[in-house]
Amino acid sequence: MTTLDFSRFGTSVAVDEREGYEGYLVSADKLVEFATALRDEYGYDYLSSVTGVDYIAEEKFEVVYHAYKTIGGAELVFKVQVARDKAEVPSLIDIYPGADFQEREAWDLLGIKFTGHPDLRRILLWEGFEGHPLRKDWQEAYYEEDIKPFKSRWPKAEYTRAEAQNPYGANVKYPDQFDPEKWVPEGEDALYGSLAKYETTDESGLKTDHLTVNLGPQHPSTHGVFRIAATLDGETIMNLKPVMGYLHRNHEKIGERNTYLQNMPFTDRLDYLSSLSNNFGYALAVEKLLNIEVPERAEYIRVIMAELTRIQNHLFAIGMFLNDLGAFFTPSLYAIEERELVLDIFEMVTGSRMMCNYFRFGGLARDLPAGSLQKIKDLVFDRLPRKTDEMDRFLSENEILRSRTVGQGYLSTEDAIKYASAGPVLRASGVPYDIRRAAPYSIYDRFDFNVAVRYNGDIYDRYIIRLDEIRESIKILQQAVEQIPEGEIQTGKPRYQMKVPAGEAYGRVEGPKGELGFYLVSDGKGNPYRYHVRAPSFINLTAFGPMCKGLKIADVVAVLGSIDIVLGETDR
Amino acid sequence: METKGLNSPGYEIPDDVKGAVAITTIDRIYNWGRRSSVWPLMFGLACCAIEMIATAAGRYDFSRFGMEVMRPSPRQADLMLVSGTVTKKMAPTIVRLYNQMPEPKYVVAMGACASGGGPFKEGYNVVSGVDKLIPVDVYIPGCPPTPQALINGLIKLQEKIDGQHWKDTRWYREGDLAAIPIPMLGPDLIYQEQIPAIKEASKEA
Repeated sequence: MTTLDFSRFGTSVAVDEREGYEGYLVSADKLVEFATALRDEYGYDYLSSVTGVDYIAEEKFEVVYHAYKTIGGAELVFKVQVARDKAEVPSLIDIYPGADFQEREAWDLLGIKFTGHPDLRRILLWEGFEGHPLRKDWQEAYYEEDIKPFKSRWPKAEYTRAEAQNPYGANVKYPDQFDPEKWVPEGEDALYGSLAKYETTDESGLKTDHLTVNLGPQHPSTHGVFRIAATLDGETIMNLKPVMGYLHRNHEKIGERNTYLQNMPFTDRLDYLSSLSNNFGYALAVEKLLNIEVPERAEYIRVIMAELTRIQNHLFAIGMFLNDLGAFFTPSLYAIEERELVLDIFEMVTGSRMMCNYFRFGGLARDLPAGSLQKIKDLVFDRLPRKTDEMDRFLSENEILRSRTVGQGYLSTEDAIKYASAGPVLRASGVPYDIRRAAPYSIYDRFDFNVAVRYNGDIYDRYIIRLDEIRESIKILQQAVEQIPEGEIQTGKPRYQMKVPAGEAYGRVEGPKGELGFYLVSDGKGNPYRYHVRAPSFINLTAFGPMCKGLKIADVVAVLGSIDIVLGETDR
Repeated sequence: METKGLNSPGYEIPDDVKGAVAITTIDRIYNWGRRSSVWPLMFGLACCAIEMIATAAGRYDFSRFGMEVMRPSPRQADLMLVSGTVTKKMAPTIVRLYNQMPEPKYVVAMGACASGGGPFKEGYNVVSGVDKLIPVDVYIPGCPPTPQALINGLIKLQEKIDGQHWKDTRWYREGDLAAIPIPMLGPDLIYQEQIPAIKEASKEA
């Protein structure tokens, strides 16, 4: 890590000297000043991740920030510590608007208050939920022990159903003295309040009220259980807020009870279209903590799998995006046809079509089976380039597609950086930022490929950049399948439990949706003390509201399709 | 079902009208009509929805079973394919959607999460299976079930429909069908039918 000179802040900024930790500790009162300087003077214009850690033994919360320069380079980590009983941290939303949803998430799950945040509501759970679940002293209804494997399942595996132990026979827990008949649901006043009512008066004195409209959570074009609340003036969007959490599956809480390896199959279910990229990010983070190397052959297989994942994700994204535009199912049938061929390879290599659970710390679960490399070669040298061109030819010049997308849903370069957009959304706005190039991991520095970038920042560019990226991935794959050496696929003996040294690590990969980061804190035990996922689908939605402002309601669906979210990752 | 099965109720058809007349039972023709046009609700919850889309697409193609007409509105749907994790935040919506579907209606719990909570069962925002909320006809194991498994589950549902007798079906009984009480979102999910028990417990505490 580069050392920067922060001496002008005196004792307010200190190097984090705990064993296994890095970055700087900033005092809460100097945080805004520090962040402003960081952005304006030191060039860290991109605040990627904001999260909290509950250090209950030391009676404090720590808010962890990861910032980058969009011109590339390593991350800068800075942290703020606050007392647990007075958990208030100044919000960075004015300096880095991309912190918006992440601060709300930290408030929701950890109960850290961000002073100055204009809309600090719960984001994944609902208003009125009891407690902040990621606090270490908060126990869920099915709580058995802090760490798996639970005694009840080990060693005799005499497992009683957890419902049987719960007084209500369900996964619920009510606070003491709770009277359900007196309970008034808090409703959604806070949400609608945050949408700022408009009332316009025209010259004749006619007052026009604005209409509030909800899309979802059950709506065919929201790609799952996602909800949009918007105020409209006629058909024009005045204000729009995404509402999520309908698929909040408590990934992080479960992850903190699991052992390290048990989390690997859970990462599959984050962005369930690209499970191998998720495996990659998590494996990188744990390998950083363990400080182990990966054998050459395994690195190649990892890259091959990750790039195939990107291709099938983008194919699906394009297909579904065209669906959203009204080209009902025909383009997606073409896309899914190719995707199935990639899934065949996944099934052959990993044993599963979607939930691959293939990566291990220091290697892979198993080697490529006989014949699979030939199949991959057939695909990347012949079929996929041809079919990508075919899609391009069929779709890109289509009159309807162009008139619906060109110039619509504009996201400027400054805004894309400001709102911490990642992946194709960021690159379609003219920022050539790709982690495979900006801070190369694995063996990406060996391959010859271009970072796909487009400059208009509209829906069309966000569509076409996915085709560009498929072509670049094919380029990487063509090199990788030619160069792949023979050899080991695992460093040391495969283990299901390992000693992970205390410390923190942040592993990030360029997933198909953008920067996928895993922030891990280890206290030396068999399970992560803190396990946080920096989910690109979630953070890319920060720019969704601003992008939609002024558009017609029918275009909202197109904008959402061009961001390409997966709810498993958005809500975790 | 083949037309052969439809046409052989066990009665002899006179030779002179053979080919012009089919004799069958009401149950058979009624079930045959319904089982061949099960329209699913276009409703995806999580990972399983992707496999559901793959099943609907060209390679597996469940329109072969009369199921390709996915309806985004519950008012037009016959089948709710619960494809994914049922969360507490989503629970009221799922019950509301189920109540909005007209009879006859069926529910298929696709995958481990919808069947019993799956890998996320212990999560604080996860309902251990959709059968905690609404009645389920067919459970399909798998995480996610492959398209083959989903098709197998749907064939099982068709077999179930084949075995139904119109006299016993709940939608032809007298009186209105009771809607399922919609759970509330409180400090945790509040099941309406458990309110007395919760009240009792909080008094003791």
